[in-house]
Amino acid sequence: MTAAAPTREPDAAASGRRPLRPARVVLHLFLGAVAVGWLFPILWAVLTSLRSYEYTAANGYVSLGGWTLDNYVTAWRTAEFGKHFLNSVYITVPAVLLTLFLASCVAFVIARFSWKLNIVLLGLFTAANLLPQQALLIPLFRLFTEVPLPPFMSDSELLYDSYWGLILVNVAFQCGFCVFVLSNYMKALPHELYEAAMVDGASVWRQYWQVTMPLCRPALAALATLEVTWIYNEFFWATVLMRTGDKFPVTSSLNNLRGEFFTDNNLVSAGSVLVAIPTLVIFFLLQKQFVRGLTLGASKG
Amino acid sequence: MSDLPLIQADPAVSSPAATTRKGGRGRGSRLLSRTDRVVIALMVLVPLLLVVGLVWFPALATVALSGTNWDGIGPIGEIEWVGGRNYSDVINIYPPFVPAVQNNLLWLAALFVVATPFGMFLAVLLDKEIRGSRFYQTALYLPVVLSLALIGFVWQLIYSRDQGLLNAALGTSTDWYGDPDVNIWAVLVAAGWRHVGYIMLLYLAGLKGVDPSLREAAAVDGASEATTFFKVVFPVLRPINIIVLVVTVIESLRAFDLVWVVNKGRNGLELISALVTQNVVGEASRIGFGSALATLMLAVSLVFITVYLATVMRENRK
Repeated sequence: MTAAAPTREPDAAASGRRPLRPARVVLHLFLGAVAVGWLFPILWAVLTSLRSYEYTAANGYVSLGGWTLDNYVTAWRTAEFGKHFLNSVYITVPAVLLTLFLASCVAFVIARFSWKLNIVLLGLFTAANLLPQQALLIPLFRLFTEVPLPPFMSDSELLYDSYWGLILVNVAFQCGFCVFVLSNYMKALPHELYEAAMVDGASVWRQYWQVTMPLCRPALAALATLEVTWIYNEFFWATVLMRTGDKFPVTSSLNNLRGEFFTDNNLVSAGSVLVAIPTLVIFFLLQKQFVRGLTLGASKG
Repeated sequence: MSDLPLIQADPAVSSPAATTRKGGRGRGSRLLSRTDRVVIALMVLVPLLLVVGLVWFPALATVALSGTNWDGIGPIGEIEWVGGRNYSDVINIYPPFVPAVQNNLLWLAALFVVATPFGMFLAVLLDKEIRGSRFYQTALYLPVVLSLALIGFVWQLIYSRDQGLLNAALGTSTDWYGDPDVNIWAVLVAAGWRHVGYIMLLYLAGLKGVDPSLREAAAVDGASEATTFFKVVFPVLRPINIIVLVVTVIESLRAFDLVWVVNKGRNGLELISALVTQNVVGEASRIGFGSALATLMLAVSLVFITVYLATVMRENRK
């Protein structure tokens, strides 16, 4: 793994042409060791998940052999992962789309018009993303058990224990981050665009939907990547605002799996790997977007 | 809202093109038709309603409830005010409170004193753009994409008493997650493991934004690499430093998922967030009590959120 890095052909990197100095070797050794150390827990989980419980129980985990895929089959069946993945999709996809839509609306108004209240608006949204969720649980829990939903929307007939409730709560908490990033991004767009649009008699809605949004594609892509990961990984609301096991998204259903297989770490690890796969796939395919999303939030993009 | 005093003192953020503002109502608003005004109002009010309804209203309600003896079940009309009794009860007759505060502070200290400097150090090393730096970066922030609940499970494979790697390697038989003397440290290692990658990413972005001519000037003056970093680069990173500080404080205060999947925040893993949750969804539904704890959390976080907002807004005006 690490040996592959220094032996690669010199690439165009600034330092790639110089011969390796001793200091460089030490640096590579150090970074390589850290990287391997950081990957280790994940690799260990993958390794454990590929081995039969009987073999590791007999020979200990620090051994080789007993390779099998049975843990995945068992975990998938017993924990009904297919169903829970679908639940995660039902919650994550609408929540991300709604978050991006609502956040971009607010961001557009903040960036396009300079009213005195903009700063308050931006503060209200951004701060909402940083508040500790657990501190808001008590009134929210009560609110969710009071708000009725028609039966076709949720069989609990309440916001509590329904996909809708989880979608709304995720949108409310995630909007802030997106408003912050998008408003900064939109402020950087040249103002002449809007002047031209005004001359053409474009309405505010058209200025938003047909002028601004297409230009924000890079930021929207980065945010979508980040939000899919965050909402998919969301654990707290999915635990406290859901009651019916069948409706649990993947993150909270894993907790049940662990309760059932408390003694079988091989199954727990297979379940963990299954849960991690979607986020890892997103991360490796869209690494640039992911990183850009995080750094956009920390600085001016 | 009165939570953002620092912000309201600032003039509205203006983009370069907004130099021709006319009073409070600015650019283009004179030319808006009625439809446009309705559209703008809707674009702001719908999201605002959601955020106020599901975030700010519960926040205020939490503060209000912390002064009552409500049991969470009875009708809202029967609530009695008890003033500061919940707070004094929390401090005096609630055994998990002190360990929870200690653990939260420990969490903050571990992330701030160990994970954050380490992440920054790695960012400085990776900023040199050596070969393979892409691989090193990826390895370091891979944990950031995993959910904290999942991280709890992944580390269980290392910590578990009978099947864990750590005991097999050390020849011990410690129950790393179950022993109240060590489990907080075990969990902190897992939390730090994730935090380092996140901090590294933030600093790497900050370092990329440092004007190269600063370093060149320092190099011409014969400053060593370390001197250059501490005397030249680090001061320039001030906004990132503040953001990292706030992120770390908020993360420490919000820490929840990890301890909840281990043992629901009991037996050595008490955290304020877990105590609040226990008091609401647990068997003992002591709402006033939980609200008092929650209000303390809100108060601490709002202080830091205000600092954060002031920093980023000032940054954006440059």
